[in-house]
Formats: sequence, C-alpha cells, structure tokens
Amino acid sequence: MEVSVSKSYEEANVWEGGDQKPLNAGYGKLMMWFFIVSDALTFSGFLVSYGFSRFKFIDSWPIADEVFTHFPFLHGVDAPMYYVALMTFILIFSSVTMVLAVDAGHHMNKSRTAFYMFLTIIGGAIFVGSQAWEWKNFIKGEYGAVETRGGQILQFLSAEEKKRVSLSDFAIGIPTERSTQNKNDGIWFKTEKSLPEFSIDEVKKGFKANPNILIRIQKIDENGDKIVLSRDESLMKIDSAILVVEGANLVRNEYGNPLFADFFFFITGFHGFHVFSGVVLNIIIFFNIILGTYEKRGHYDMVEKVGLYWHFVDLVWVFVFTFFYLV
Amino acid sequence: MSLEEHKLEIFRGLIKFKSNEQKIWGVLIFLSIVTIIEVALGIIKPDFLSVYFMRMKLLNWIFVILTLVKAYYITWDFMHMRDEKSSLKNSIVLPLVILIPYLVFILFLEADYIFDVMFEGFVSWNF
Repeated sequence: MEVSVSKSYEEANVWEGGDQKPLNAGYGKLMMWFFIVSDALTFSGFLVSYGFSRFKFIDSWPIADEVFTHFPFLHGVDAPMYYVALMTFILIFSSVTMVLAVDAGHHMNKSRTAFYMFLTIIGGAIFVGSQAWEWKNFIKGEYGAVETRGGQILQFLSAEEKKRVSLSDFAIGIPTERSTQNKNDGIWFKTEKSLPEFSIDEVKKGFKANPNILIRIQKIDENGDKIVLSRDESLMKIDSAILVVEGANLVRNEYGNPLFADFFFFITGFHGFHVFSGVVLNIIIFFNIILGTYEKRGHYDMVEKVGLYWHFVDLVWVFVFTFFYLV
Repeated sequence: MSLEEHKLEIFRGLIKFKSNEQKIWGVLIFLSIVTIIEVALGIIKPDFLSVYFMRMKLLNWIFVILTLVKAYYITWDFMHMRDEKSSLKNSIVLPLVILIPYLVFILFLEADYIFDVMFEGFVSWNF
C-alpha cells in the first residue's frame, strides 16, 4: 500500500493536479482562477465605493468629458474620450495576441507563440505609457480654478462664448515679494510646494476688472450641465475664494470634487500596476519560450495561465473605462 | 487541451467558426463594434436616452449592459471559459454574481440616503 502511494506520488506531476485533475483543470490554472475571483472582488469593491461617492455627490460630480480631453499631438483640440477609446482598443488587441499565443502553444508552435507573446508585451507597454500620459495631463490641469472656504471649486467662463477661460487669460499681475520658500532659506530649512502661477488676489483683481468672465459652480442642473452664475452672482461668489487650484492631486482638484481625483488615481493606478506586473510576467514567459523551456516540458500551459491573468486585466479595464469615462 | 475541445459557436450557435483562431478574430470584431457603439453614444449623448429609469439615465444603463456583454465574451472566449466544465464555470462565476450585486445594492442605497440627508438637511454645503 505504502509503496503504491509513494509510486503514484512520484509519477504524478503534482503541479499539473495529479492523475485526477479536479474540475478537469491543472493545479496552476485552478489557482489562477481563484486569484482572479479574489482580485475581481477587490476591484469591484473599489469601483462600487467610487459609485458610492458619486451617488453621494450626484448633483456636483465632475463631468468626465470635460476632464479627459487630450489627444497626443493635437494641442488645444477638444477630443473627449478618443484617447481612452484608443487605449481600450490597444488593450483588447493585446488580449487577442495573447489568446493567439495560447492557441499557438496548443499547437506546440514555438516561434509563433514567441511572436504573439512579443506583440502582447508591446501592447501592454504602450498601454502603461498611455496611462502615464493620461495621469500627466490630469495632474497638470488645463484652465485652473479657485477654491472657496467651503471647499467648492469655482471655474471661469467667458460670457459670450460660454467657453472655459484659463486663469492666465484674465488674472492681473500684482508686484509681490513672495517667492517659493526653498530649503536653503528660512529657519526651518523646509521646502514648500511650488506656488501657483497666480495668487488668489491677482485672480480676484483680474476677475473684477474683466466684465466678460462668469463663474461656473460645481452643482449640476436638470440637463446635467454645470450651473453658470450671472455676473452679479459671480462678483459676490468670488469673494469667498481663498485658494488658487491648478491641476489635480490627492487633496485638491481643479475639475471639482477631490474624491474624483482620489478614486481616479487609486483605481487606474491599481489597474496600471496590474498591467505592469502582467508585462513583467509576460516578459518572463517570453524568455522561457525562447529558451525552449516549454518545448522540453511538452506543453505550453504556463502561457495559458499567464494569459488568464492578462485577459483579466483587460476585463477590469473594460469596467474602469465604463465607470470613469462613459457613465 | 487538444483542438477538438474548443467550442466554436457564439451567439447560441448563430455563428459557427471553423477554427479557434478564426473564432478569436470574430470575437475581436464583435468587441470592437460594441466599443465603437459605446464611444459613439458617449460622444453624441442622444437626448432621448437621458430619460431617468430607476434613478439612473437610460444611457448609463445601456453602458452598463454593453460592458457586461463585453465582459461575458472576454471571459467565455478569450479566457476559454466556454470550454471548461460547468462545475468550474459555476464555482467561479456564482460567487461573483452573488456578491457583487449585493455590494452594489447596499452601498448605492446608502449613498442615495446620504445624498438625501445632505440635500434636505439644514447644513449648507455650498459656501
């Protein structure tokens, strides 16, 4: 009895799930599925909490179409969503090359598997780069805004065209001695964050001098547009402004509610980290294919397992795309 | 897994592919069409779809449904879920299908309640 047990233990490839594969799937593949289930629950937790904050501030949430309007090499062109749509296609396409690699692996075709793996890696790298560019634009901001004592964001519009104007279009410079404090001056040897391009007084002065500028507040009307104040209301509102906000970070966000920026950084950052890890895993598998590891092993199951992870990353992006950019 | 084990039909047998590779390209075309529809709707935002249904715009419901359709085809054809045993399918899909809507239901209901409290309360949030 003991002999037969140890013999079958030796014979069975434990990592393949032994002689009798549970659920007809190898050990590694089953574990990858379990990981995907738990990771799917993590991501749904994040996305649902995003939805929670959004429904909580349903009448003042930023409009994504106005936030992500950039496209590479098209400066100043209003191109909402085109770039994210492109990113979605890149990721879906790299999913396709991945599944083609898995298919080529089933046919034990080493060179084709390696070729498709290579394309997958390229697609993943382009996607991570695109996400970095998207972050850069979001952090840098576009028009600038001011924040009130209550933490509300006020944005500026031109009265005739109803188009956004940036702070530099109307702010009037006031000569000042104030400069960014650096480590080498002052007694506490601390560096402060770089000052915004204009101080709040300069923005207020410019706003009062220019009658063509109106204020747009965070609240949304019945049609889903941000409410624009009249000139008189705007003049009253500007007095409560205390801070110039340029771009977005974890504390302030020129596009509106800071929670929007927090969730954007956290969820797309977590997803981008998944893509990055996926690219690293793909590179390892790619070199193993080139070295002939799986040729010797007799099967390309590892390609299939890493493929499952890669498709999952694509799947998560489909949801992130919908809930951050479309809805 | 050998070649014979792939199920090559999608849309409940409406379209049957000759090989697994052909099926992959077919699914890619389908996913691309769905994405293009989503992006087009997102850019145009037709007025007749801004009707509210269960406190959400009809347009947003369409986005959510199309996303779930895409998720189905990515899982079923790219991740080869179509070829797995039904016991494996169920043990992966059922926990998600039960837990996620439950989480969505509880949190969205609470968020709606908090919005009402802040909206009808005596505290000014806009100063």
